[in-house]
Amino acid sequence: MFPSLLLVLLIGVAAWAGTVAGGAVLFGVVLPYAAFAVFFAGMVWRMFYWAKSPVPFCIPTTGGQERSLPFIKQNAVDCPSSTGGVVVRMMLEVLLFRSLFRNTQAEVCSSRAGGVRSTYYSSKWLWVFALVFHYCFLLIFIRHFRFFVEPVPACVTFAESLDGIMQIGAPRLFLTGGCILVALCFLLGRRLFNERLRYISLFNDYFPLWLLIGIVGTGICLRYFDKCEIALVKIFVMGLTQFSPAPAAGINTLFFVHITLVSTLLLYFPFSKLTHMVGVFFSPTRNMPNNSRMARHINPWNPPKQYFTYAEYEDTYRDAMAEAGLPLDKQPDKAAE
Amino acid sequence: MAKLPTPQQLIADRPAFPDKHWLNVKSEFTPGSFCYPAKKDTMELLHMPNPHEWDPAAEDWGLPENWERILCDAFADRLEKHRSLKLFMDICVRCGACADKCHFFLGTNDPKNMPVLRAELLRSLYRRDHTMLGKLLGKTVGARAWDKSVVKELFYYAYQCTECRRCSLFCPYGIDTAEITMIVRELLHEVGLGTHWIMDPVKNCSFTGNHLGIKPHSFVEIVEMLADDCEIVTGIRPKTPFNQKNAEILFITPSGDVFADPGIYTFMGYLLLFHELDLNYTLSTYASEGGNFGSFTSFNMAKKLNAKMYAEAERLNVKWILGGECGHMWRVLNQYMDTYNGPTPVNMVKPVSPITGTEFTNAVSTKMVHVAEFTADLIYNNKLNLDPCRNDHIITTFHDSCNPSRGMGLLDEPRYVLKAVCNNFVEMPENTIREQTFCCGAGSGLNTEEIMELRMRAGMPRGNALRYVQQNHDVNHMACICAIDRATLPPLANYWAPGVTVSGLHELVANALVMKGEGKRTLDLRQEDLPNVEPDEAADTGEEQ
Repeated sequence: MFPSLLLVLLIGVAAWAGTVAGGAVLFGVVLPYAAFAVFFAGMVWRMFYWAKSPVPFCIPTTGGQERSLPFIKQNAVDCPSSTGGVVVRMMLEVLLFRSLFRNTQAEVCSSRAGGVRSTYYSSKWLWVFALVFHYCFLLIFIRHFRFFVEPVPACVTFAESLDGIMQIGAPRLFLTGGCILVALCFLLGRRLFNERLRYISLFNDYFPLWLLIGIVGTGICLRYFDKCEIALVKIFVMGLTQFSPAPAAGINTLFFVHITLVSTLLLYFPFSKLTHMVGVFFSPTRNMPNNSRMARHINPWNPPKQYFTYAEYEDTYRDAMAEAGLPLDKQPDKAAE
Repeated sequence: MAKLPTPQQLIADRPAFPDKHWLNVKSEFTPGSFCYPAKKDTMELLHMPNPHEWDPAAEDWGLPENWERILCDAFADRLEKHRSLKLFMDICVRCGACADKCHFFLGTNDPKNMPVLRAELLRSLYRRDHTMLGKLLGKTVGARAWDKSVVKELFYYAYQCTECRRCSLFCPYGIDTAEITMIVRELLHEVGLGTHWIMDPVKNCSFTGNHLGIKPHSFVEIVEMLADDCEIVTGIRPKTPFNQKNAEILFITPSGDVFADPGIYTFMGYLLLFHELDLNYTLSTYASEGGNFGSFTSFNMAKKLNAKMYAEAERLNVKWILGGECGHMWRVLNQYMDTYNGPTPVNMVKPVSPITGTEFTNAVSTKMVHVAEFTADLIYNNKLNLDPCRNDHIITTFHDSCNPSRGMGLLDEPRYVLKAVCNNFVEMPENTIREQTFCCGAGSGLNTEEIMELRMRAGMPRGNALRYVQQNHDVNHMACICAIDRATLPPLANYWAPGVTVSGLHELVANALVMKGEGKRTLDLRQEDLPNVEPDEAADTGEEQ
């Protein structure tokens, strides 16, 4: 946990110091361009890398009743037999985290009087905070288009008005900022305080969490505390998007820390577990219909058939089979000829 | 076999998590923690790579000299062959939702039995060779090099996973540990590491047609004996057609049911049912195995053993295949068979029940129907004369086998049948049935005696759910649709819920089945007295009404 925190802090400090020392162009222009290039190329490469390997078998995890006899009701969502069903299953998985919604917590206890007892409790906290995190992230992402596009599209303004619906303070308080921070703290907290999670967690798990906390933290600071000149930032960012970078003069140093952390996330993304964002769409246990008895699935590397044939079998056991009165393809006397 | 501790002890004895990081904890091969190794001549006979004698408890496993090269290449090859593997190596976020879904973890509290960490064992190797961060940062990002102790660890945990897929149901990305375990086992077989309990049946199945190595004449003899037993119970000797060409249906079921108690009663159930229907069917001594231990070995071995089914269907010129009750058999039949060995021979046609005329439209390509689907359809169409009162001494629950549940979705058909033949049916708690069902603790080739304590640990969630309905609803019976279950659940029930008996579904069907011209039934298929049978003088009131 600490090395990853340290690394994020180090990146932040380096960005701060670098900007102060006059490296705003490096952190505000060169790095974002490089990060975007790596992100896009990396993600395309990653998807290509997955797609290169075939899906040799039809292996959906069936989560309900199969399509069967007319009087037996199919669970067309959790055990889809058609493309439509698979689309619904995937939508529920991607938009609502359906599998995570199933989560239970098992408790096993052993007492001298009561014997052994295992109990399964519904456990939805991970589902709740995972949803909160991902949807807040999406909304924040959409909100940021205010900086990239001129005029600001209506959907972005709408997202902002939703986010600021409580109408508290000026600048108006965005709910997502707080919610995502709470969700991130939950996701981090369970890694620290749950024994099992602590045991399985790696640097690779803590690093993106700290990075995201850093990004959200600097973002919040820039909006509410170390307020930056929005107009200047927009000119600067628009300059980036139009490939004619504007001068960075007058923009807070913290802004460059924010940009640097975002760039780090983009750089890290294609090489990490964060690729689950697109990977989930590739998952053969979820994106295939349970129709393998209805339609033949083809394996491109299907090896030739090699097996002990009936003819070899009969050759091996012919006399015994004849004695047992089993029908034969060749009678013992014929086979001997 | 060592004496088992009491259930309380077993659970109380589960060790806490080790203090050391998991990368630094090595597996210890104490007796009872591993399955016996496959014999060298078995592996040779099957042309498995690098066959050798070895002992899991020994320091040196006699790996081939270039073992690391072999494993690295085999791993790279599997990555090229399976998108699932690449994906499952890349996208796990270690959210831990799978952790307490595994029966092995709940029973052992060994952190490496958490599905996420079981996969990390392989993922750590993937990171070193196939990811940039792993190459650059090594151990910091959870990457590690191959090492002989790593091979041992992979073996240890690949055979503490029953490929039940329960974790995959709960994973937000559908990461399927069964897929990972299957591939790890494939890799281990590349350097000659396999278990006796799996490879011996594979060898038998290869050369005699079934796992138990029953030769054709003995197979006939055993089935004839079972038919004799049927006659003792019902007064009717069911026909036993073997290797009959031009039969309409080829019936294939696990050979365990021909051989082992209580599976034999399920087999007798089939014989009686088919006889009563006057079904135009045949058994085959060549394709006398429904199960497929090859599927616990490698994809190619599974294909090889499975190939006999369509080959025999072609030779016998049957229209379609009916498959008996079995778990992993149906995972293979539902998700792999058509891909492995299809398309079906031209003589096979869309399966239609000759009794009801129902088309099994969900099996138009494989042309293979599950017997629970077949029987449910018969019952729905009122084709069976059933007297469920004969099962009134039973209060039964139903164990969903992992594979038909999460690899097929066969959930309601067996329940439909069970409710028609038993008046007293109670479900186990909802988080332990249907798609959330818990494994018997010994699937995927782990149903061997030498790891009995481990099996009881892994069977804890199932055993516990069973005990719950035993205590609260007086359940005294558990029906199942899997031959491995019929072998593994009796000791499990004995340990966790003593007094509960186990049977296949079709044993209960045949007990309730009122056959044309049968004698008065006083015995069930196990030749135990049926309760509630009126004394002889009142017999003329009869049961056939």
